[in-house]
Amino acid sequence: MDLNSLLEPPRRGVLTTSVTLGFAVGVFALLFGVGAVAAGASTGQACAMSLLAFTGASQFSAVAVIASGGSVASALGGALLLAARNGVFGLTMSKTITGSLATRLVAAQLTLDESTAMASSQDQPELRRLAFWATGLSVYVFWNLGTLIGALAGSAIEPTKYGLDAAIPSAFVAMLWPHLRSTNGRRAAAIGAILCLATTPFLPIGLPILVAATAIFIGVPTPIATASDDAPAVSA
Amino acid sequence: MTWGLVLGLSVGAYFFKVLGLVILGQRNMPPALERCLALIPAAVIAALIAKDTLTVGQELAIDARVAGVAAATLAAWRRLPVIAVIVIGATVTALLRQIT
Repeated sequence: MDLNSLLEPPRRGVLTTSVTLGFAVGVFALLFGVGAVAAGASTGQACAMSLLAFTGASQFSAVAVIASGGSVASALGGALLLAARNGVFGLTMSKTITGSLATRLVAAQLTLDESTAMASSQDQPELRRLAFWATGLSVYVFWNLGTLIGALAGSAIEPTKYGLDAAIPSAFVAMLWPHLRSTNGRRAAAIGAILCLATTPFLPIGLPILVAATAIFIGVPTPIATASDDAPAVSA
Repeated sequence: MTWGLVLGLSVGAYFFKVLGLVILGQRNMPPALERCLALIPAAVIAALIAKDTLTVGQELAIDARVAGVAAATLAAWRRLPVIAVIVIGATVTALLRQIT
């Protein structure tokens, strides 16, 4: 694939969307950087988490638990449960991302909501691969830039002053939206939210999120949702 | 925040990514298990929204955040861009705090 062919319509469209999506995700990263520092992380810790863990909702979740006084174990548990879905995305992408072991090990780090969603929305194998790599790399760059800027600006920002404490659940609403298109997604979301609120007064901080995750077991008996129904859509 | 959490999450997150893309690859999983795992984001993100909107520590609380997140939900429902959803949620909350 030479440079000129990247500038022709189908590929150019994929690249443009990748960059736009990456930029939007960068705004989440800004919030993550601010939130991480507010929760007591150093700039280095916030940036290391974005560079190495690179899984947005899990990072937010870990920071949210720490910020509200939860233990490291409960922060890690909730975050890893959220990260588990990347394994499912990996299964989806394994048909598209072939090649050497080294290639697939790099691709693994870029496996996330946005890259999987972008790739699975393409109809040609070649465009799928391009969409996966372009979106994954674009999100990686913007996510880490945003984290750095947010972490550096963090100490100067008072979260409640600009309603930034509400910005994080608002961001989650936008991330949740595509998952509400399936019946099971809506049920899991409703049960998860109710379980969390119902157990909050009685359990240590952070644990209600783990309890909420048991809502996924409604997926066992009711095969209402089809594969296409559950396909993750662009969440940013 | 500790380095243990940073590294634990990094190793764990990469483990799941490699598990799916590289190790399990094209093997088939039991459909029931796949259906359950696919629901993790819905269940956990919804719980996080509930926690961030309606609780302070271990107590349930209703304050300006509820109006902000309600406005954000409306924005997401109207399919506004993600950035708009975030700004609306934050702005409504901040404005409500100004006038109360």
